[in-house]
Amino acid sequence: MSAQLLASAPGFEAPGVEDFWQPFAGDGAWALTRASIVMVLSVVVLVAVLVAVTRKLTLVPSRTQFMAEGTYSLVRNGLGREIIGSHDFLRFVPLLFSLFTIILLSNVLAIVPFVQFPTMSRIGFPAALTLVVFVVYHFVGIKNKGVVNYFKGLVPAGVTGALVVPIFLLELITDLFTRPVTLALRLFGNMFAGHILLLLFVTGADYMLRTADSGVLHVLSVGPFLGAFVMTAFELLVEVLQAYIFTLLAALYIAGSLADEH
Amino acid sequence: MTGIAASPWSDKAPIIPHPAEFIVGLLAFAVLYWAVQKWVVPQFEKVYAERTAAIEGGIARAEQAQAEADAAREQYTASLAEARGEAARIRAEAQSERKAIVDGARAEAEEAAARVQERSAAQLAAEVASARGQLSREVGRLSVELASRIVGENLADTDATRRTVDRFLADLEERAPAGAELPEGQH
Repeated sequence: MSAQLLASAPGFEAPGVEDFWQPFAGDGAWALTRASIVMVLSVVVLVAVLVAVTRKLTLVPSRTQFMAEGTYSLVRNGLGREIIGSHDFLRFVPLLFSLFTIILLSNVLAIVPFVQFPTMSRIGFPAALTLVVFVVYHFVGIKNKGVVNYFKGLVPAGVTGALVVPIFLLELITDLFTRPVTLALRLFGNMFAGHILLLLFVTGADYMLRTADSGVLHVLSVGPFLGAFVMTAFELLVEVLQAYIFTLLAALYIAGSLADEH
Repeated sequence: MTGIAASPWSDKAPIIPHPAEFIVGLLAFAVLYWAVQKWVVPQFEKVYAERTAAIEGGIARAEQAQAEADAAREQYTASLAEARGEAARIRAEAQSERKAIVDGARAEAEEAAARVQERSAAQLAAEVASARGQLSREVGRLSVELASRIVGENLADTDATRRTVDRFLADLEERAPAGAELPEGQH
């Protein structure tokens, strides 16, 4: 019913791709966009906070240090040591920790008032992070096994005969294309869709309450209004989860390059 | 949300990376990574190491205390065993001593008994000897008396003589306590 009313109501513009294009200075390919500014601010804040917290670490942690250490332990032990293995995971802890913290902060800023923009909904940022991960896991694998053995290792042990070639091709596509693309698109897609959803609820409620001149819609605007709160909470969950998943997969890919068996 | 100047980027497909954003992303991440690996991770690792050292130091201390306790217990057990051995030894000694005392006492008693026996035997022998002497003197006296009596009677009358002897013997029996047997003395 409300869908019908919405459809029939003139003037409501559903949020779309253009809402994510917010240049602050310049225009076109080299514009300084809102997302870029948020990204730079995120890094500045993150570095400031992390350095401030870690400068005066004590044996018995304060509450702030306890939280910071909890995050660090989650990445260091829960992802690094568990997945890459205790032998040489420490080399990758800075990378994993940087990935996790910047994605987490960028994502959570999407629902923080005054920022309220998910950096990762602009594909450039997930792509940049993915490029780093992609280069690292290939570099590590090739350095560890040599070029020939690295690509040989793509075929799982036990595959023989006529299956070797097609399996190798599939694995090569996975290694060079599917992994990076899915890694970037998963993060991007979640943030993009989540933000569009929030925009839809908020602008929808706003439209129904203020723009539309129908009493029914005014009353019904409670729905999307409450929906916006529910979706915000849900977004928080998605944001944390996506940061974790991105880091987890980065660790998995690195571990795969280090392991003898694919 | 609207009112943004239309640009070719405003409605490009969202999966086309914006070059400036891509570059900013890379640079920002590079800065973050550099800061994290230079300051943040080393500090965390330092605290981890310190904490591990503290914990391991605590464990080491606990192990040392445990070792000390074990040593003390061993020492206690050893001294207890020693004391038990000592006690057993003392008991054994006491027992042997008692045995020696008892044996000594027994030997002494036996010796004393033997001495008493010896003495009584000697006494007895002396008494027997004196009894014997007395008896022989008495017998002599009696024999003389008998003889004189026999002589004093009519020697021809054998019947009378026999009667005299019989009477004498009866007298003797009356005089001597009944059933008293003289032990055999040895000369």
